[in-house]
Amino acid sequence: MASKAVLQVTNVLKTFGGLKALNNLNLTIEEGTVHAIIGPNGAGKSTLLNVCIGQLTPDTGSVEFNGQNITGLAPHEISQKGISRVFQTPQIFEELDILQNVMIPALAHIDGQFTFNAVKDLNHRNDIKRVAMEIIEEMNLADQLHDRAGAMSRGNKRRLELAMCLVQKPKLLLLDEPTAGMARADTNQTIEILKKIKASGMTKVIIEHDMNVVFSLADRVSVLAQGTIIAEGTPAEIRESEVVKEAYLGGAKI
Amino acid sequence: MAIFSVVVLTMPIWMKPFGAAYPDILQKFVIFGVFAIGYNILFGLTGYLSFGHAAFLGVGSYTAVWSFKLLTMNIVPAIILSVIMSGIFAVAMGYVALRRSGIYFSILTLAFAQMCYNLAYSVLTPITNGETGLQLAKSDPRILDRLFSEAGDGLPSTTFFGIETSGYSGFYISAVIMIVVFYISLKIFKSSFGLKLKAIKSNQNRMRYLGFNTRPYLLTAFVISGMYAGLAGGLLAATDPLAGAERMQWTASGEVILMTILGGVGTLFGPLLGVIIIKYFENIFSSVNQLDLHSLYSMFPTWLEDSLVAISSLFVGEGWHLTLGLLFMFVVAFLPGGVLEGLQLTYRKISVYLSKKKQKKHQESEEDTGVNHGK
Repeated sequence: MASKAVLQVTNVLKTFGGLKALNNLNLTIEEGTVHAIIGPNGAGKSTLLNVCIGQLTPDTGSVEFNGQNITGLAPHEISQKGISRVFQTPQIFEELDILQNVMIPALAHIDGQFTFNAVKDLNHRNDIKRVAMEIIEEMNLADQLHDRAGAMSRGNKRRLELAMCLVQKPKLLLLDEPTAGMARADTNQTIEILKKIKASGMTKVIIEHDMNVVFSLADRVSVLAQGTIIAEGTPAEIRESEVVKEAYLGGAKI
Repeated sequence: MAIFSVVVLTMPIWMKPFGAAYPDILQKFVIFGVFAIGYNILFGLTGYLSFGHAAFLGVGSYTAVWSFKLLTMNIVPAIILSVIMSGIFAVAMGYVALRRSGIYFSILTLAFAQMCYNLAYSVLTPITNGETGLQLAKSDPRILDRLFSEAGDGLPSTTFFGIETSGYSGFYISAVIMIVVFYISLKIFKSSFGLKLKAIKSNQNRMRYLGFNTRPYLLTAFVISGMYAGLAGGLLAATDPLAGAERMQWTASGEVILMTILGGVGTLFGPLLGVIIIKYFENIFSSVNQLDLHSLYSMFPTWLEDSLVAISSLFVGEGWHLTLGLLFMFVVAFLPGGVLEGLQLTYRKISVYLSKKKQKKHQESEEDTGVNHGK
């Protein structure tokens, strides 16, 4: 396995009032891996992702992406460097249709953070349409191309959001509970899609409660509790770890 | 687009049955049409509700009148200058106001516009001529005109390369300009820029996390719509060379908001419909008096005629605001997409009804043939 670090989180401290959401956290994500982060509720998992994408600025410490310091950059600058995130509740453009939803991130990827092009008809942007259609077909959404995104089922919304992130060909994809609140069949479908992406070698960080998902996808697992990483290893190692059972599973058998 | 141009240019003909085929009101239709089209680019696409666009209208008017006073009575430089000036004002106002969104943005723009209004009345009187309003005077230098001809007797009038710009010619010049800017807004709606603005309205945070810097997009939309407002102000001055501060008051901003919402926010034609409805009410409904009503109801018996006149006179003449208010309440409560949505709904209902009728007939005829086969 390649040992180049894509994301390097060093000594990050983030407090909300008196609460230390992230307590001098250190984390290294290696290139080409699927890295799962698990932990009990309130362990700081979402805060960690928020720090990575620039929604929150850490009090101290730094975040490096491919060797570049991205601490304190604006969200759009970090996104342009190649980090995409799927949110816990799907963040899509509810009023627009599916094709438009996917074309917008494609525009960001191809045209950059700001271009003023008010003259060219979007219907003539074949480059944008092609990449958008490719990914829509991959996600099995092609039959609903002109449906309003807000009217879709939750499972489809999640797949749409995933499509919106993938169309940007990110170097690092952050997934915040991609299967939460999904029906069994939808979950399995999502796992299949994620496995397919895994084969493409994209680096992924995945936050998940569903242990089936974690153990069927992840190369490495980090366990987060009270703002720090308490254990890290392969899925098999984590399954056997006494510390993890103690902190996270309360001693119950998986 | 061609149909649209024809419809606009033949307005003097088809407006006749409505009693609105005189140049003054037709000019208002198209000039405020420009204003509303521009406002719709900001409010309709991005959802940012500005209460300050009257300021740009005023700036445009003042600039145009100054151009008439100092340079020439030709309206071309006046209009170009008023668009540029209002663009500069829009950059300044947008840069500050767009730091906030939602209600705070609205209040910042309102504050800015009221500031302009009050300055025009007080400190800036040398430029705006305060309460009297900025007017042309015989002693104005008019540098460019003086190069070619001596000053004539009396006040000169505004021209477009020799054509006077009041009356019907004023309407046609404004109408052509409106058709052009409508075409530009059509382009914007269809472009990637327009889609991004719609996406900002839908979910601005998502736009940021997808890698868009949303501020410059919003500022561009704001400046474009401000320039549209300035153009409208310039045209107002071009058809009637007088600029007063009341054009900048917040009620003028409120009016354009009403027009946009009444017609249909975010649609291409909606704001134009809204303009026509409101300006029609303002000019025609308000001039209906008791005498007109009596002649309207003259076929009824006297007691009924009198009571009908008494009731309806509440809604016309001075009371036109009441009618407009009721209409506005009805639209917002039942047709959030504006009058345009209402028209579309009716159209769809009618076409569904017609196709059903057709189907029924078709079925009946099929049954008939079936029976024939049986025989």
